[in-house]
This record gives sequence, C-alpha cells and structure tokens, in this order.
Amino acid sequence: MYLYDTIDQLLVDQRVEQFRDQVRRRMAGALSEDEFKPLRLMNGLYLQLHAYMLRVAIPYGTLSSDQMRKLVHIAEVYDKGYGHFTTRQNIQFNWPKLEQTPDILAELAAVQMHALQTSGSCIRNVTADQYAGAAAGEVADPRIVAEAIRQWSTLHPEFTFLPRKFKIAVTGSARDRAAVRVHDIGIVIKRNDQGEIGYEIIVGGGLGRTPMIGVKLREFLPERYLLSYLEAVLRVYNQAGRRDNKYKARIKILVHETGGEAFTSLVEAEWEQIRDSAVELPVGEYARIAEFFAPPPFEILSGDDGDYARDRLMDRDFANWARTNVASHKQPGYAIVNITLKPEGGIPGDATSEQMDAVATLAEQFSFSEIRVTHEQNLVLPYVRQADLYAVWQTLKRNGLATPNLGLISDIIACPGMDYCGLATARSIPLAQDISKRFADLEQQHHIGELKLKISGCINACGHHHVGHIGILGVDKRGEEFYQITLGGSADEAPSIGKIVGPAVAYDKVVDAIETLTDTYLAIRAGDERFVDTVRRAGVDPFKEALYADH
Amino acid sequence: MINQVISANRLGDGIVVYLTANGDWSERIANAHVIDGQDRVEAALSQSCDAVKACLIIDPYSIDIDDSDGEIRPTRNRELIRALGPTVRLDIGKQATL
Repeated sequence: MYLYDTIDQLLVDQRVEQFRDQVRRRMAGALSEDEFKPLRLMNGLYLQLHAYMLRVAIPYGTLSSDQMRKLVHIAEVYDKGYGHFTTRQNIQFNWPKLEQTPDILAELAAVQMHALQTSGSCIRNVTADQYAGAAAGEVADPRIVAEAIRQWSTLHPEFTFLPRKFKIAVTGSARDRAAVRVHDIGIVIKRNDQGEIGYEIIVGGGLGRTPMIGVKLREFLPERYLLSYLEAVLRVYNQAGRRDNKYKARIKILVHETGGEAFTSLVEAEWEQIRDSAVELPVGEYARIAEFFAPPPFEILSGDDGDYARDRLMDRDFANWARTNVASHKQPGYAIVNITLKPEGGIPGDATSEQMDAVATLAEQFSFSEIRVTHEQNLVLPYVRQADLYAVWQTLKRNGLATPNLGLISDIIACPGMDYCGLATARSIPLAQDISKRFADLEQQHHIGELKLKISGCINACGHHHVGHIGILGVDKRGEEFYQITLGGSADEAPSIGKIVGPAVAYDKVVDAIETLTDTYLAIRAGDERFVDTVRRAGVDPFKEALYADH
Repeated sequence: MINQVISANRLGDGIVVYLTANGDWSERIANAHVIDGQDRVEAALSQSCDAVKACLIIDPYSIDIDDSDGEIRPTRNRELIRALGPTVRLDIGKQATL
C-alpha cells in the first residue's frame, strides 16, 4: 500500500488545522453559512436530512487494517456505530457533529486518510478495480496510476473549480469491474504487441439525469504521457464546459454536444501545446509509487490447495459461499475473497463497527493487512491463501458477513435514498431489503444467475440504476413514491444504458414487479444466457407485456 | 390554508429542530408551534433569522403539517422521515427515544 511521504502528511495535517479554524469561526459567527458551506463541502462534510454526513475518501478503494480500525473508532466514538460504504469506494458517517469534525479529520490524518475532494466541483476520489494486484490476467496494477492521479489532482489549483464534479476510474484488466466507461474519464491499462504499457482513454461517460457511455479518445496512449493527456482533457473541459446550467455542466454533455471526433481534436490540439511542458510523472517517481504496490510476500505454493477442495466437499454451505464469493487469484494457491455487505433484509453497503473490526482482523491474519472497498458496496480481502479460506469463512459467518450472493439478484447497489439524503425523491433502501427478502432462497438466486440490480432514490443516479441489468429509479408522484424500472443496463466492458420498460409502479408493487421480470426471464432465456443477455436478445417487450398484462 | 411549522437544522450537530411557541428550538415536532396564515409564517421565519444570526440553527423553512387529530404530522414523506429518523433503522434518530 502507498504510504504518505512528508509532503502528503503535511498537506493533510495543515488542512485539518485550516478546517478547525474555519469551524471555530463558523461557530463564533465570523463566517456565515453561505461562506462556510463551500469550505465544509471541500472537506467532505454535507448536511443531510437528519444531521451532517462526513464522506471519507478511500483512494482507489484500498484500506489497511489499521485504517479500517480507525474507521471503527470513528464510528464508535463520533457516530452511531456503523458506516456506509459507497459506490465511489468511500465510506460515509451519517451522524457526525460539526464541532467534532476537525477531531475526526485529525484522527483520519493520523492513519494517512482524509475527506478531501469527496465533494465539490473538483476531481473526486479516483476509483479502481477492487481486484487490483490480485486479478488473474491483469495487465498491470491500476493503483499505481490511480495513486499518481491522486497526487496530481489533490488540491490542483487549476482544477479546483471545474464546471462540475469529475470522476476518474482505472482498470488494469480487460474485464471491467470499475465501470470505467460510465466515468468522466475511464482508463484501461493495456499492453501492446511490443510489450509496452499504455492507456485506453475514454471520456464523457456518466450517469445522472443524462446517462451516457464514454467516447474513446485514445486506443493506446503511451505510458509517459498520461498526466499531460489528462491535463489536456481537463483543460478543454474547464474552458468549454457549461457553467450556465448545472444539469448540463458535466463533461459528458460537452463531449456529446461537441461530437466525439471534434472533442478529440480539441484535446489533441491542447495536448500538442502542453505535452512537452506539462508536469509529467518522472520515471523515478512512478517507480517510487510502484514499489508501494509490489506484490506482498506470497508463499510459493504449487497450485490449488487440497484442503480447500476437501472443505468444499465436506461443507455445502462453505462450497456455496466459495462458488459465488471467491475469485481466482493470479498467485497460485491464493484466492480473492468477496465480502458482500448485502445480507438478507440488510442495508446495502452498511457495516457495523464490530463487522468492520472483524474484517480488519481477518485482513491482518490472512490478507497481508489489506482490504478493498468495491463500487458495488462490498468489501474484498485480496490476498487469502486457499488453505485459509475455510477459517476466513467461519469468522465471516460468525459476524454476519458470509452471505453467498456476489453478483446475484440480492447483491444490490442502493443509494441512501430518502432515508438519509436531502436530494432524494424516494426511498431506495427499503426496496433493496424487500427484494433481498423475496429472493432469500439462494437456490432460486443461483437458478436466476448473474443479475445486477441497482436502485437510485432520485435522478442523480448514485445507485447507478441506468447500468443495472434491472434498474430502479424512485420518483415522487404527487407525494407518493413510485419507481421507474429499466432493463438491460450494464457497466462492464460491454456497457449499455437500460431502457425504461413502462410506467412507474407504486412502492408496494415493486417487489412483485421484479419477480415478474425474473419469471419472464426464466421462461424465455435461451440456454444459460444471463438476464442482461436475454434482454438484449429479446428486447424489453416480453418483459413489458408480462409486467403490464393487467393494465 | 394548511397549517405549518418552522423547521431547521441545529448548527453544532445538524440535528433537525422545530420552532416552539416560546421561540426556542425543540428536537420534537410535537413541541413545534403550529402556525396558520402566510403572514404568521413569514413572521416566524423572520423570527428564525435571529437564531441563524446567533449561530444556533441553519436554513429555517416552513413545512406543511396535519394536526387534525391533535398530533403534529408532516404531510410530506421527506419531512416525516426528518421528524422521526430513517425508516430502515428504527433504533436511531428521534424515533428511537419516542
């Protein structure tokens, strides 16, 4: 894992003291709320429905056990004993006091964490594939690039007041687990025929009220030009992005109004001007960062572990969990463990302080003290010996963390919705809970197979509903909660935006509607095709007919 | 005209509060001063500005309520959730101690 140097630490420490003074002046009346609000937002502090909310950055979703324990401490001392992991691989605390926030930030700084750029019209926390450094078939670890971008973009003076927020995601695998094509900038690390590393650059994707798939600007940008090229993209956006209408201010609107080719030309022209003068990451600095992400000291194991195979034969529950929640590792004899935060009837992404502490301990014992947060609101232990999987599973089970549902219909992304969020027009979480209860039968979930269900409580789409195989969007209809259903979305390497299947349905009809959709899928699927593939092949009409047959 | 109460968030901790008849701010909507008529609402919002200047609260605004059965209940879901707490965690928020 990356460790702060003195510059990183000084910057974060100074920011804590700066904010402490700002809070003091706000409480004393020297700053009005209008003056203070942008300052608190720059430090990740929002005001939500019930209280303040602090969003803490987890760069590229990587956490150490010590950092996780600090989050446990914050949850217990300053909050209500739980945290909420988000689709930006961050964590949110829902009940911090303004007066205590500087102390919380100081606690975070002590473990090299902060809440910078988790809000505001700036470059937000860079996200990455949660299997970074562990995935079989990975071209390169995306965290090296993500960390370089973090350093480059942190408090970048030119990009602190962009037209709107700006999100970057990086993957080092052909299999896209980071949703790079629906980001403002998506980066895919590639290797060419000469064995050189380069980057596919995708720009102008996004969700929200105008969902769009990004446009490919570069198929293979040479490695040494990454930061200058990103700077060129940001410069074009900063100059030409709309500031007159916040709903048209994201780069996706600029890209699509300008046209992909024309936008690419603007970026290339800007880049020609700065490519030799812009600050580029020195080779030595890249190597320094890369050292932090060197593989941990794996044991040299010959291959699949015999005990692991035996344990699966002996214990069916363990076998079920291993089947869904354990992924292949690039290191022989090791595995990637997915911990879904989606128990039956649970709140997607929520973890109690006890659960977080248990994960920290497991990581310490079995995963070189490293944890990942996924954009699908789950956790990952990236480096577990196959021989240790049974012990890990048993501990997870004791802590309510062993639900074997990764990628299944109950592994739902849901934004906080109107239960917490000041922007929401409807609730999201109760629907996720009801759906997970309706589909509690794991055999049925496996029978349905891979199905990404995503729920947003408003058009801002924090729950990524547009790219759900089934997407659910909450809307307010004359004071009543209604839900628009979309089908066929996907955020992977074959991305698509879901299509609206018909009129919105009332809150108490949604779970039945979802079951109608899965029943229809099971009736018409060809062979073992996934839900999303059936929608792509058959279109939404069969689902629409089934859903609205009585209307 | 529908009855209203004035709500805000407390500056120090962000907790939802309501303006009472004696000008204090209570965490309980049951203690809120029920107002009818646009003039009275305007006057109450004006009164709230003093609490904003005193750094007690932020962002005061009026909300519609129904008190026909003697209990003050917001008419909109959003305000009902603010008054009680998250519907998915009955153990936290104001509802936990009702």
